[in-house]
Amino acid sequence: MDKRSLEENIFKTLMVGSTLLILAVLLMILGTIVVKGLPFLSWSMLTQAPKSGYYLGKEGGILNAILGSLYLTGGATILAFFISLPVTLYLNVYARRGSRLVYVTRFVFDVLWGIPSIVYGAFGFTLMLFFGLHTSLLAGMITVAFLILPIMTRSMDEVIRMVPNALLDASYALGATRWETAFKVVVRQALPGILTAVLIAFGRGIGDAASLIFTAGFTDSLPSSLFRPVATLPLTIFFQFSTPIPEVRGRAYAAALILTIIILIISVVSRFLTKRFARHVVR
Amino acid sequence: MESNAHIRVNNLNVFYGKDHALKDISVEIPNKKITVIIGPSGCGKTTLLKSFNRLLDPTDNVKVTGEVFVDGENIYDPNIEVTHIRKKMGLLSQKPYPLPMSIYDNIAYGPRLHGEKNKKKLDRIVEHFLKTASLWEEVKNKLSAPASRLSVGQQQRLCLARGLAVGPEIILGDEPTSALDPKSSQHIEKRFLELKQHYTIVIVTHILRQTKRLADYVLFLYMGRLIEHGPAQEVLENPKQEMTREYIQGIIS
Amino acid sequence: MSEESLGVQRRRLFWDRASEKLLYLLVISSGLIVLLIAATLYFRSRPVLQMQPLRSLLFSLDWHPSRGSFGFLPFIAGTLWVTCVAMALAIPVCLLTSIYIAEYAPKKFREWINPLIDILAGIPSVVYGIWGVLVIVPFIKEWLAPLFHVSSTGYCVLAGGMVLAVMVFPFIIHLSTEILKAVPQELRDASLALGATKWQTIKNVVMRRAMPGIVAAIVLGISRALGETIAVMMVVGNVARLPKSLFDPAYPLPALIANNYGEMMSIPLYDSALLFASFILLLVVLYFNVVSRMILSGSKWSSYYYG
Repeated sequence: MDKRSLEENIFKTLMVGSTLLILAVLLMILGTIVVKGLPFLSWSMLTQAPKSGYYLGKEGGILNAILGSLYLTGGATILAFFISLPVTLYLNVYARRGSRLVYVTRFVFDVLWGIPSIVYGAFGFTLMLFFGLHTSLLAGMITVAFLILPIMTRSMDEVIRMVPNALLDASYALGATRWETAFKVVVRQALPGILTAVLIAFGRGIGDAASLIFTAGFTDSLPSSLFRPVATLPLTIFFQFSTPIPEVRGRAYAAALILTIIILIISVVSRFLTKRFARHVVR
Repeated sequence: MESNAHIRVNNLNVFYGKDHALKDISVEIPNKKITVIIGPSGCGKTTLLKSFNRLLDPTDNVKVTGEVFVDGENIYDPNIEVTHIRKKMGLLSQKPYPLPMSIYDNIAYGPRLHGEKNKKKLDRIVEHFLKTASLWEEVKNKLSAPASRLSVGQQQRLCLARGLAVGPEIILGDEPTSALDPKSSQHIEKRFLELKQHYTIVIVTHILRQTKRLADYVLFLYMGRLIEHGPAQEVLENPKQEMTREYIQGIIS
Repeated sequence: MSEESLGVQRRRLFWDRASEKLLYLLVISSGLIVLLIAATLYFRSRPVLQMQPLRSLLFSLDWHPSRGSFGFLPFIAGTLWVTCVAMALAIPVCLLTSIYIAEYAPKKFREWINPLIDILAGIPSVVYGIWGVLVIVPFIKEWLAPLFHVSSTGYCVLAGGMVLAVMVFPFIIHLSTEILKAVPQELRDASLALGATKWQTIKNVVMRRAMPGIVAAIVLGISRALGETIAVMMVVGNVARLPKSLFDPAYPLPALIANNYGEMMSIPLYDSALLFASFILLLVVLYFNVVSRMILSGSKWSSYYYG
């Protein structure tokens, strides 16, 4: 074998090797969570709030955290949506095509995307103090909304910019205003992508812990008010995992399994939606 | 100068940044005739067409000087309201772009925007214009199906019907048959020949044969300049300019 | 035009103009969030900056919040160690994998590896942490450390780096695969036509062309790694000392911020110090982000922004 193809073969082996390594790591992570979490998963975990002595291994479940996470992330997603959608529509419909403002805004959102969630947490914390709030569902919601805003905006932007300009022109040519074109044509055309962007943002939000430590607090009771602390899945996992009691640790694994399943479901659903809602989409 | 032409262009210049795309265009488009704009690619045909209903607006860095009068109104007057100008013109683009909604809603979109809410009237509008575009028979049983399911040829006729439904006086076509198969192209061309009784039609094309089939009046553009314009027969068979002759003979393209 | 349709017209146009103004305002204000975050954090970290000179904050080893001395060096060093280890592990693996996915892998394979990598990207940080504690930490304690004849609890720089490397995999792979795919096919064809092998083409033409983009992807990966909190915190040991080897524990900045939320309101200046830590983190990450996004938005990838 000559030297050229020897080198190519070595590198090819390395490439296949590292690809397999990554797949193996993925399987190992999912495997660990399933193997460790499944034995502790029970119906009562999903349907009960922690009872007294829960953290010593007694009865109860993590319904507080499941509901807390869903409310908190749901609220944050809605908040972010009401900023993301208008901003993306502005960039792709109102602003002049290829203008400086569009460029700069995309750039800024990319940079925002890069800010670590712990920094959003610290920022949310100072905002919270500024407005005289305590750790609460509302404070957590607002912080996570900031965290997922760039994710949602950029993913939405990626799909809305795919809407052909000629389709916008077709609508303008019928005498439509930009507002009408944006909401009657562009939103419909990009609907599957918009939903996907929302789900991606939700998935990112529900898995994040660092931004919530300062802002959402923790509680054993079910979420009841916007102004009370709220439990969340990542934090309940984290706290239960830090105890030495095997029973409680086991529940941390089970909670991690639940969280992972929620995130997997979201990713599957978003793939499904993309196909299902593509009915009217013009290609 | 008094004139009753729907579209009258006066000293029109268009710049894309530093690129001078249209240079001193002045022309009158004859009413109720088919005017065909010809010229090599990149000569500014589409830009000229788009300048008629201000579809250059959404692009950054475009500068337009001069005047385009539509029904006596200068549409580049800063105080003008642009949607009612656009309503006066139906547009057919190179590729059909049905709106992401049902066949019915595609036609009803325009009239609804302009305030028509009466369901019966809308039904009548939809039927009437689908018939005008000779699409009615093919789609009358599936009006609520997504428009994107139609064939490309049907889609282009749908776009024609959609454009007519807002009650324009002018139809603009930007190489409207370039994405279609020969049969569908023929279909569209036939519609144009029928429609010119009631509408002023302006088409951009790079197909000379099509020009010969359709044109009553021809504009020849080259490098952003209007080289020659006049009745089709004169320009196509007996051009005054050397450049026009070369283009028509296929020496430059 | 009838009276009624004139009314409709007027309403539509008014709303079009009003919505333009409104949305413009929204775009501008959301663009200002970066500044808002930076300003808030700076404002809140001013007390500690007034107490202690910047140089001693950044380069002192003395961390005794209750005595009012805040030396961030152990934490800054911890962050750097962990990030460097993570990148040293991640860069080769990611590059090889992206080249494989972009250049060699059959289309079928590509179609199902992309969703899998997306899953890796979606796994929450705390799950990575659990995996690290259950798998990586014992692996280091029982296998790797004895191999080098050192004793380690397993909670160390290396564990943090390994977990972090896995976490940045999907991020870097995704970006660099995109960048490799953006290299025009004509360039490959030209090289192949000159008799180069596929590997030579990749090495000398594709990689050279894609290099700025790949560098940007790596820099983005670094900035992602710098801020990762929970997973790293769970495996890295959290001891506020300068680590001397890969098997020593470390205490990165994000872990410091997250771990001390409880005490921070009871010790004077502690909250200010922690917000100063977030401020440093923000500045470093912003810097890396701006640089790499500038590279990405440079000539070849400008379509990424302009479209």
